[in-house]
Parts: sequence; structure tokens; C-alpha cells
Amino acid sequence: MKANQIANVCAEYNNQPEALIEILHDVQHENGFLSNTALIDVANALNISRAEIHGVVSFYDDFRREPAIGPCIKICRAEACQAVGGEKTAAHAKNKKIETHDVYCLGNCALGPAVMIDDKLYGRVTPKKLDAIVKQRSAS
Amino acid sequence: MTKNTIKIFVPCDAAALSVGANDIANEIKKIARKIGEHIQIIRNGSRGMLWLEPLVEVETKAGRIAYGPVQAGDIQSLFDADFLSGKPHELCLGLTEKIPYFAKQERLTFSRCGLIDPVSMADYALHGGLSGLRKALATTPENIIDIVTKSGLRGRGGAGFPTGIKWKTALEAVADQKYICANADEGDSGTFADRMLMEGDPFVLLEGMVIAGLATGATIGYIYIRSEYPHAINTMRRAVEFWRKSDLLGANILGSGKAFDIHVRRGAGAYICGEETSMLESLEGKRGQIKVKPPIPAIEGLFGKPTIINNVLSLASVPIILDKGAGFYQNYGQGRARGTQPFQLGGDIKHGGMVEKAFGVTLRELVEDFGGGTLSGKPIRSVQAGGPLGAYIPHSDFDVEMDYEKLAETGAMLGHGGIVVFNENVDMARQARFAMKFCEIESCGKCTPCRIGSVRGKETLDKIIAGEDVTANLELLEDICELMTEGSLCAMGGLTPMPVRSAIKHFGEDFKG
Repeated sequence: MKANQIANVCAEYNNQPEALIEILHDVQHENGFLSNTALIDVANALNISRAEIHGVVSFYDDFRREPAIGPCIKICRAEACQAVGGEKTAAHAKNKKIETHDVYCLGNCALGPAVMIDDKLYGRVTPKKLDAIVKQRSAS
Repeated sequence: MTKNTIKIFVPCDAAALSVGANDIANEIKKIARKIGEHIQIIRNGSRGMLWLEPLVEVETKAGRIAYGPVQAGDIQSLFDADFLSGKPHELCLGLTEKIPYFAKQERLTFSRCGLIDPVSMADYALHGGLSGLRKALATTPENIIDIVTKSGLRGRGGAGFPTGIKWKTALEAVADQKYICANADEGDSGTFADRMLMEGDPFVLLEGMVIAGLATGATIGYIYIRSEYPHAINTMRRAVEFWRKSDLLGANILGSGKAFDIHVRRGAGAYICGEETSMLESLEGKRGQIKVKPPIPAIEGLFGKPTIINNVLSLASVPIILDKGAGFYQNYGQGRARGTQPFQLGGDIKHGGMVEKAFGVTLRELVEDFGGGTLSGKPIRSVQAGGPLGAYIPHSDFDVEMDYEKLAETGAMLGHGGIVVFNENVDMARQARFAMKFCEIESCGKCTPCRIGSVRGKETLDKIIAGEDVTANLELLEDICELMTEGSLCAMGGLTPMPVRSAIKHFGEDFKG
């Protein structure tokens, strides 16, 4: 996103600092990550310091400062998924060097283990099913 | 002769989608088109019987007939068996509302969820929607609060604070601006009722928020939804847009001259933002660090103004209370726990899903009668109730009646109503370690007992698991637990010891190194 596009995103929220998290989500959605220049542009538009933005970006797990290599695969490591073998799915992803992000609950606790790829939720994700989903997604 | 259009319901609930509901809807459409059947597919919310998802329903003269769990490969055989007329098939479950799991429930807050098209105002109004709001518009703020107080409604987020009293505090606070915040940062593992409701009946949350606004004098509302719930965010945004266009939000609600508007805000992957002061910081665009109370948010909250923060389920229970009266709601439940609680059954459970029952149902009824025991077929060893900060409950306590006080008497808590079942393979020392690790990961860092205590607690459990000075380390762990319980600023650090201590107390054999 160019500086003027980021300025437009901020303007949609009336340049209000309270909308910072929404703005960061929108910019990351477009760019894939939050670059230094993007954060400077946001800081300028909202008239807040880079330090304040850094504080927010570093606090929340959703925000990333580096481009992603592949799709964002979130894997649930919380109790309900642990109870149905979620840790096996997580270990399998690690062994296969599939890049995943640990999250704690995707709200699919009756159909675990749960995995979310970008915004798509999957249930009953055994290691085998994880392989199938990843394969299917890289093919499409 | 033209045939009537047949209505088919395929849920758009995230849990149903996670096991292929979209593919099912597409396949049904495709085959119907091919054979020239006139059908209308309605994407409803989930009925809450999640082990049966994707659950397909067909509207017949006798009522809605359910089929499930349906896989894409089953669709042709469903057509062959004439499921469009509700005919038998090996996946046929009969009338949805006669399925015992569903029939035995007391659905008040979730009365429409799964029944209706989530964003159809016609459906909503046909099934009792807006009646509560109309009654609220015709009365005074004091009277609304009186009804909510008399109903006995308490906060469904976990703390169980009386909703009416919170509202009264905000009403009496003098300010130029007040806010209503719906806490939809449902981060507890084992809970999904907020998500299910927002995806299945989003209007009821909006209605509850508008009533809360009328009761307290607030004119702006925020719904803070965790980013892990993209479907709920999308549905709530659509619902808000629709309400704005229908004059149910804005400067003149239903021509009453009263104003209220709602904004949907996303979280960004921080469990702590479910804590109310942290959520307010996040809504202000800041780091989600908790704040010391007092001042309480009802007096000094969002942007320093009086703010009501209620859980989604608390707010969504308000419309039916206004509609049917305090007495109607108060008649459900027992002791100081009035009304119904949506319990969520997850983990290793055969019939996982959402069960709305009056307070007083036993844990055993929920886990064994509704839940049907474990999915794996192995014996149940323990149940964690109330999320990651809740206690691990042993068999000997399964007859506990589920309400705030009775659970507290056994050293457990209700929390947001999540129930996670573990089979005999669970290692309780590892679960205790996980509780500390979770606190380490999710602590906001504001207070030392939580920030450091969780790390030291995890390390001490590592030593216990490795068999190092077990007795001394258990003593040290208890010391850390006591410090965290007494010294933490909020429930994150304050309740992390609950799963740890309950695991040691009831499953001591797992802590011998």
C-alpha cells in the first residue's frame, strides 16, 4: 500500500487513534504484514507516535512485521483440542515443517482438533486431514 | 402443475462450515438444478448438536426433518431416498425438535438460533423478535432496570455480577456520553456459545444492547469480537448495517426519538482482552493492559465515561426478559442462579454441542445424558469446567448442581459455561503445567504475581514432572499459587491457580514425579 492508500484507510476511520487496531488489521490484510513505512504512514495520519504504534503492534499476536511465507495456518493448542489429540496434529505439522501459529481456542471445541487457514475453519483435523487440507490448498 | 418450493436448511455456523457445510449446500443446489426440483436453501445458524453437523433440515408439513451428519458423498442417496419429502434415509434423525438432546433443553436465549435465517427481519419478528425492545421503548429506564434486576439475571461472562445492579450504577452516573460494550472476546477454551449466537441470531444481541442503552442513557454501543471469529464478525457487521437501514439503530429508533448506534470492533489475538478493563483499553486503540479498579467501568469506563460491559449472553437474555417478564425468567433456575445457562460441551465427548438448561442441572446429566460420554469410548477421568482458569473436577463431584454457588462450594466455577471432557489418558500434571504456561503466554504483564508467577509456576511443575524434590517443589508451587491468587490484579493471574490446585487435590497420583 502506498502512503496515500494508507491515509485513505485511516480517513475511513476519521483518523481516530481509537481505531488503530482496525486500521492495522486493514493494512495487514492488504499488505500481508506491517512494514516500517506502513507504520510511519499510520502514525502520521493518526498523529500519534511510532512508539505508541509499536507498543500496540507488539502486544497483539495477530500483527506480523515480516511477510508470511505461506498461508496463515492457526492451530489450536488449548484444552478442548488437547483432549482429542490436538497435540498430535501440532507435532505432525512441526515434523513436516508446515509453518503454523499456535492459537488458544478457535471456538470449535466440540469438533476438535481445530485449525484455521486464513479465515477458513476446519474441524476434526487429524494429522492425515491436515496433510490433505494443506495439499488441497497448495493445489488451488 | 408447479410444485411448491421446498425449504432446505444448511447451517452457516462456523462449526458446521468446519466440517463441510458449504460443500453440502453447493452439492444440494447442483443436484436439485439437474433434476429440476424447486428448492430454496436457507443458511441458518446451528441447532447446537455439533456432532451431527453438517445437519441438513427439510421443511415438511409435519415439521422440520433432520439429516446428519451429512457428507458431500451422501447427497445423491438423500435425493434418491426422496429426502425432499422428509422420507427415511440412514442419516434421517426424524423431526429436529424431537431429537432428545434438543427436546430436553430449555431454550430461552437461544430460542431462535438454528431456527431462522440469521439476518431475516421477517423471521426474527415472527419468532418473538423486537417484542422486548417495543416494551422497553414504552416504559422508563428505571422500570427496565427493575425488570432486569427482578429477573435475577447475572453476568454470563463468568463473574456472575447482577446485571440490573450494574445498569443502575450507570443510569445514576451523570455524564454527557455513556457506552454499552458487548464482550464477545470469547477466549476460554471449551466455549463457543457467543459465537454460535452471533452467527445464528445476531439481532437478539443488537436488541439487548439497544435495551441496555435505553435503560442507562447510553447512545453508543461497541461489540468487541475476537479476531478468531471471522464468521461472527461478518454476520454482526451485516446485522448492524441492516438495523441501521431499518431505523432500529440511529437517531430515531422505531420513531421513538431515542438514539442508539452500534460499532463492531475486532480484537487482535489477545486472551486478556476478555477482561473488561483490558477490553476498554483495546477499544481505545491501545495495548490491552488491564487497569486497576476502582473506578469501575460503570462509573468511569470507555474514554473515561460510564460504560456497561456485559457478556454477549447476558445482553442476549435481556430481550426475552423484557418480553415475557421478570417472573417468567426468574422461574427457571435455583437459589441465586436464576434463568438458564448455555452450557457448551467440548473435548473428548460423544455428543458435543450447546445445551441451554436452567441452572441446577447436574454436571453428570450434561456430560453423560446429553454428552453420551467420551467420543473415544475411553472412561472419563476429569472435566474442566469454566475455561482455562476453571477447576478440573473429578468423578466424585459429577453430581454437583451447575450454578454459581454450588460450583464454588466444590472449589470450582461456572465461568462462561464451558465443559471440557478428558479421558483416562490425560496427565493432570501436564494439564497443570499448561495452565501456568497459558498464563505466561497470555498475561498482559501489568502485575508481577501473574507475569512472573506463571513462569515460576511452570518451571516448578517441570521439576515435579521430572521427579526433582517433589515434596519441596509441591510446597513451593502452593506458595506460588497462593501469591498469584491473592496478589494478582485480575482474574487471569488470580484464577490460574484454580486448575493447578484442583489437579493436585483430586489427582495427586499424577504429581509424584
